Amino acid sequence: MINYEAILLTIITASTPLLLAAIGELVVERSGVLNLGLEGMMVMGAVAGFAMAQVTGSAWLGVLMAMFAGVAMSLLFAFLTQTLVTNQVATGLSITLLGLGLSGLIGSGFVGMPGVKLESVSIPVLSDLPYVSTLVFGQDPLVYISIILVIGVSYMLKRTRMGLIIRAVGQNHNSAHALGYSVIKVRYACIAFGGMTSGLAGAYLSLVYTPQWIENMTAGRGWIALALVVFSTWLPGRLAAGAYLFGGVWILGLYAQGMGVPIPSQLLSSLPYVATIIALILISTNRRLSVINTPASLGQGFVPDR
Amino acid sequence: MRKFFGVAAALLMASAVSVSAMADDKLKVGFIYIGPPGDHGWTYQHDQGRIALEGKLGNLVETVFVENVPESQDAERTITRLARQGAGLIFTTSFGYMEPTIKVAEKFPEVKFEHATGYMQADNVSTYSARFYEGRYVIGQIAAKMSKTGTAGYIGSFPIPEVVRGINSFLLGAQSVNPDFKLKVVWVNSWFDPGKEADAAKVLISQGADVITQHTDSTGPVQVAEEQGVYAFGQASDMSAFAPNALLTSIVNNWGDYYIERTQAVLDGTWESGDTFGGMSANMVNMADFINMPADVAAMAEETTAAITSGDLHPFTGPIYKQDGSLAVGAGEILDIGTMLGMNWYVKGVDDQL
Repeated sequence: MINYEAILLTIITASTPLLLAAIGELVVERSGVLNLGLEGMMVMGAVAGFAMAQVTGSAWLGVLMAMFAGVAMSLLFAFLTQTLVTNQVATGLSITLLGLGLSGLIGSGFVGMPGVKLESVSIPVLSDLPYVSTLVFGQDPLVYISIILVIGVSYMLKRTRMGLIIRAVGQNHNSAHALGYSVIKVRYACIAFGGMTSGLAGAYLSLVYTPQWIENMTAGRGWIALALVVFSTWLPGRLAAGAYLFGGVWILGLYAQGMGVPIPSQLLSSLPYVATIIALILISTNRRLSVINTPASLGQGFVPDR
Repeated sequence: MRKFFGVAAALLMASAVSVSAMADDKLKVGFIYIGPPGDHGWTYQHDQGRIALEGKLGNLVETVFVENVPESQDAERTITRLARQGAGLIFTTSFGYMEPTIKVAEKFPEVKFEHATGYMQADNVSTYSARFYEGRYVIGQIAAKMSKTGTAGYIGSFPIPEVVRGINSFLLGAQSVNPDFKLKVVWVNSWFDPGKEADAAKVLISQGADVITQHTDSTGPVQVAEEQGVYAFGQASDMSAFAPNALLTSIVNNWGDYYIERTQAVLDGTWESGDTFGGMSANMVNMADFINMPADVAAMAEETTAAITSGDLHPFTGPIYKQDGSLAVGAGEILDIGTMLGMNWYVKGVDDQL
């Protein structure tokens, strides 16, 4: 007896936080900024969301607060890397460390409390249909938001003027600057967007996935999301596919274990990273891939000529 | 990553330690924690033990603790610092502190050390651990009584003897009630990842397990059990707040009595190096209340707990068959402690390969 619906539902829950965090980081990297602070922004989102929901009793206010906390952390990153032009790698790492420590401090009073859960959507008639019911119409709201975000970002990057500007800034910030675009402002906005979706990803963990707060509850998901962005070669569609692939591999691995298939579980835990290394190899050997989508100014600070 | 964080935290905490080390007339007792006391699991219970010690001997001793200490050179540095600051007794509460503890102990012969879950001793280093498997035998029996599908799901962290021993003990308990009881095991390769542990619980439930138990530290799995209407057991501390309808009981680690006893021994000057592997009889392993079950099941659980506490019942009493069908322990015999500590095989009925 295999319960396909349960498998798919579990895969969606496991993949959504990765997708949420990664879609924001994709925009950030497209604008030429490498923010390694994903984990820190996520964990701050998780604690802020949980705390707000706990105090007010409203999961939605928690989600808002999580987004706010993510943005706040990202603006700190933006101020350091864009205004003060610090090293992006080092700054991103410190944002992660800061987030992990600070969230532990903020959350110390909330450990051991059962949380408020963000309720799943329920549409009359549609949510009662067989097979598709819960899968398509009965998910929690953040799942739909993540899908809307992917479609929106994809459209924005490809079809809108704003997307063109973001890509121009990421490709060659000097040219974009010469054309009269404010590189710093564009990057600030992208980084804030990344902070918002990371906060959402954190809220997903503490309000939907496992409604509780425990220190360090992101448990490395920020790093997987970072790997996903590279894996996707900076394309939103591939990013979504990759997120569900990573989530799927992990959940199917658990199923295989439960059914007694002898797959070393350690190997499965490392698969997302193996996949990323393979993606990196493919990108670097395939000239077309590496030229088309990789933001050429990725990770470089921008100091306008005076 | 955790390591970096740990270093930063250790540095921060180190400064906190130096502030609290003042009054010289009291015996200073130091604690080194692997995680934060707020983990609601392993470290939380050690900290409860420390608080119990303060409550009992607070007028004679003063406790200090350092949290989030990584199992690396930082451990050695932190233990040394505590010893320098005049701690007379230091509890190091994670397996990986074993060698750092031994090293520092050589430099401070007059300081007493107590290392949890290790196997290296010295004249001034004792080891202590708890027989958690005794509790797992009890919950195995309850699981077999409460399960309708005859299958339980076990979420494992890492396949080390400590965890394997728990799995075997759980299944032996279950089989003492229902000889055909099945156990599915899923490893998540982490002591602590609420999301992954919850995923594993969902997977096990969808595969027919209607009782979930775990050897991981977060409350993720019991929440899933509550949501999906199956039963669950808590780990390390009482988790009933997270699953008021699903939780049957929790195995609770209780270090307080041991900490009080050993501290008293130092105060009396009777402390000697030794190895303690205490279970229910030593009050190191407790069962939380038996809830959400019929009275006869609760009575059986009480009875088993009492029998293990009094020593009338040992979970690893033969005949015990290994997974491949070979006899591991003859009828009426009790598994020797060496085999138990290094256990690397499953008993018959486990649906998993090591």
